[in-house]
Amino acid sequence: MTDWPILSTVTFLPLVGALLILLIREDGAGARRNIRNVALLTTVFTFVLSLFIWIGFDASTPGFQMVEKQEWLGSGISYHMGVDGISMLFVILTTFLMPLCVLASWEAVEHRVKEYMIAFLILETLMIGVFCALDIVLFYVFFEAGLIPMFIIIGVWGGKRRVYASFKFFLYTLLGSVLMLLAMMAMYWQAGTTDIPTLLTHVFPEGMQYWLWVAFFASFAVKMPMWPVHTWLPDAHVEAPTAGSVILAGILLKMGGYGFLRFSLPMFPVASIDLAPLVFTLSVIAIIYTSLVALMQEDIKKLIAYSSVAHMGFVTMGIFAINEQGVQGAIFQMLSHGLVSGALFLCVGVIYDRMHTREIAAYGGLVNNMPKYATVFMIFTMANVGLPGTSGFVGEFLTLLSVFKVNTWVALFATTGVILSAGYALWLYRRVVFGSLTKESLKGMLDLSAREKLILYPLVVLVIFFGVYPAPILDATAVSVEALVNNVSLSADMAREAATAAAQ
Amino acid sequence: MTPDLTISLILATPELILAVGAMALLMVGVFSGPRANSTVTGLAVALLVAVIALMVIFPADGRAFGGAFVSDAFARFMKILTLVGSVVTLVMSVGFAKAEKFDKFEFPVLIMLATLGMMLMISANDMIALYLGLELQSLALYVVAAINRDSARSTEAGLKYFVLGALSSGMMLYGISLVYGYTGNTGFDVIAATLTGAERQLGLVFGLVFVLAGLAFKISAVPFHMWTPDVYEGAPTPVTAFFAAAPKMAAMALLVRVTMGAFEPIASDWQQIIVFVAIASMILGAFAAIGQRNIKRLMAYSSIGHVGYALVGLAANSEAGVKGVAIYMLIYLAMTLGTFAVILAMRRNDANVEQIDDLAGLSSTNPMMATIMTILMFSLAGIPPLAGFWGKWYVFLAAIDAKLYALAVIGVVSSVVGAFYYLRVIKIMWFDESAGGFQPMAGELRFVMLLSGAFVLLYVLIGGPVGRFAEAAAKTFF
Repeated sequence: MTDWPILSTVTFLPLVGALLILLIREDGAGARRNIRNVALLTTVFTFVLSLFIWIGFDASTPGFQMVEKQEWLGSGISYHMGVDGISMLFVILTTFLMPLCVLASWEAVEHRVKEYMIAFLILETLMIGVFCALDIVLFYVFFEAGLIPMFIIIGVWGGKRRVYASFKFFLYTLLGSVLMLLAMMAMYWQAGTTDIPTLLTHVFPEGMQYWLWVAFFASFAVKMPMWPVHTWLPDAHVEAPTAGSVILAGILLKMGGYGFLRFSLPMFPVASIDLAPLVFTLSVIAIIYTSLVALMQEDIKKLIAYSSVAHMGFVTMGIFAINEQGVQGAIFQMLSHGLVSGALFLCVGVIYDRMHTREIAAYGGLVNNMPKYATVFMIFTMANVGLPGTSGFVGEFLTLLSVFKVNTWVALFATTGVILSAGYALWLYRRVVFGSLTKESLKGMLDLSAREKLILYPLVVLVIFFGVYPAPILDATAVSVEALVNNVSLSADMAREAATAAAQ
Repeated sequence: MTPDLTISLILATPELILAVGAMALLMVGVFSGPRANSTVTGLAVALLVAVIALMVIFPADGRAFGGAFVSDAFARFMKILTLVGSVVTLVMSVGFAKAEKFDKFEFPVLIMLATLGMMLMISANDMIALYLGLELQSLALYVVAAINRDSARSTEAGLKYFVLGALSSGMMLYGISLVYGYTGNTGFDVIAATLTGAERQLGLVFGLVFVLAGLAFKISAVPFHMWTPDVYEGAPTPVTAFFAAAPKMAAMALLVRVTMGAFEPIASDWQQIIVFVAIASMILGAFAAIGQRNIKRLMAYSSIGHVGYALVGLAANSEAGVKGVAIYMLIYLAMTLGTFAVILAMRRNDANVEQIDDLAGLSSTNPMMATIMTILMFSLAGIPPLAGFWGKWYVFLAAIDAKLYALAVIGVVSSVVGAFYYLRVIKIMWFDESAGGFQPMAGELRFVMLLSGAFVLLYVLIGGPVGRFAEAAAKTFF
């Protein structure tokens, strides 16, 4: 087991599935069914295989595990893969959400099924790669390449304004990322390697840290997204097909948070500590402002998109509190948000597939003829609000707790965001689900089909399970997070000492 | 024969083969009547491939003809790129020549002569040799641009290219004379030796500027780019493909050799110029392409931009920089040839179409062509893991090492702007409704397209060995 390159297998298995789909030549209903089956089998198999990563994972060491290293481009750039407590669960989240996405697209996508499934499988490979890469060049390749399939997914299978949304998504993220690319080059020349474990122990000069931090911030803040560079997200979410939104909210946004944890905090600790107030400010603005904006949305997907921005505000706040609760809370919040927001978009997909509109005003009284749907949707709404007993609560509580230790005012303002989120989420729920069923068009709507139950019920179970018993996640991350937090203060001191020594 | 001459002739064997072969093919063409084109093209391709094989199998290093001609790893690398560019364009021209009744056996002969000129340029180690190679290349290219005599646009392209080219040659010649005046020699080695430690003279800098201006014209860098869009659009498409590929390799190699070889001691002077030219080319290439509707014009602006990126590597004035330039040119060659294979395959009702909108809905009418074109466009935009990204990676890596931060930031930002118009091509192919399919693609075009697509897609796997070749080439100067 130990010699088997499990990370590479999990990473590139979806690509094999994509190649298989490519070989299905003929057209027609039979071929489409085959394509869907291959995609589903591949993603399910990948998920099952990825569980072995969790099983084989040793939560008692902070270092990287299941490491693979191969010569690649020469001059210090190698193919280097590995996971630690911070990245491992994101891999599982990715492989878990993918089969659901394939199922969610089962009937919704009828045209160009082949290209659609290929794009999703390629995207899965790239997303897993981001979380496993232990070389910054390899990381960047996976990180950026994900734009290609997502651009195609939004542009080909998206809604009315899909062209605008896909261009905005692509160019926004690209602009952030190229600055990070330059920073990576500067790090390469400074440290002489692109190997992440080596870079984690390298102390960058104090003055340089700020520039590098800002360049990385440009990329991750856009990806996250943080206010004020979040504007691509509502557009992309609204126009993307349901599965595309799930991936966007569930995983792509987490790459920003993961990037902060993997690069910004441990590699540029001085800058991270000094610039934390900036991040707090932006986070608090994001939480309050986007919650207010979410209140006024007419479009269900747009509302959830803005709520995602607000929730990511908690994540950035927790990360830059730079203590164990904060970082653990941020990771938990990201994983939970991956499940919850993914589930919410899937819920929207359920009614969108029936009515082909996302207008809130077009719905109302669904509880009368869709009781199962109403229940499921309510659980996810509550999780989105952060009700105790759901997974949403744990992350928000931990991040608020951590930031309270650092800055009371930030915690105070951020907490108002919790109230606001209850406002928009419950109001949305009331307008869509409660009330009397007056609209003629809604009366014929059927409750959840077997396929939709298969998608949503596992999510319900997980959201409640991790809300009641968060230990599996917290245990897996604890040691790595502790090492990270200790390391930040330690290497910040080292960099400061080096700077003072140089000044004398 | 003196031993010196023997060695010289051995070192110059590839060039000699090409020169003699071009003459022989001219005779073949003249004496074999009206249907000579395909025979001559076939023979020319065979000869060029033989020369590539010769250089790969028997690499020879050294200086010939009293130091005026140099053969080294860098020269071989760039010569092979140039030859590949020539071979592929000749192959791609076969179908076009048949379909468009473009039956002129002079075309392959002129391509060979131009290639010979380029090889001399790449190996030039003396201002006179440089000028000889450059003029041989240019004269052949002027004629090739105007080869479609009956087309007003082609003639205009040829004339425009000739007038501006002659002007730039004149400027360059003036620059050479100034350099000669201030250093007393024309050999690169001697110039460098004279300049080392010597006081920097203003007149010499003037000479440098004029020489660089002439070379910038040949690689179509801003502000000497004006001819590019018109010539690209006006010339027959195989000729455009040739213009976009081979001469750029040669002129870039020459530029590297002049700056790194002859003017290395006054690096700070030419670095400023290269930085300016690089920035201007990148920005113009990014913004001016946005409004284009004709795909050949688009490629013209795209090539201006790409030259700018390649120059970023040169501006670094380091081994990493030269390596970056070499890799960039290699990747640029592969991308350009593939793209032009697609452009040549855009045929409807027995005529080539050139509007970007003609590609609409290609993903449903011809998925394979659309997929490869998409890969090429993403690669031209510099998105990983495709080859175009690695080209940019190496040049910007060198720029960061040389602390040219402003240049690097402007460069990557303009690459984002540039991504917009590549994305638009993809958008038209994937998101728009079909404008009707194209005629079936000729076999040779399909071959070139697949080869280029595979290279661009799989470069990420072969980047290590390719990088080592480029590194060996770059070591020549250090």
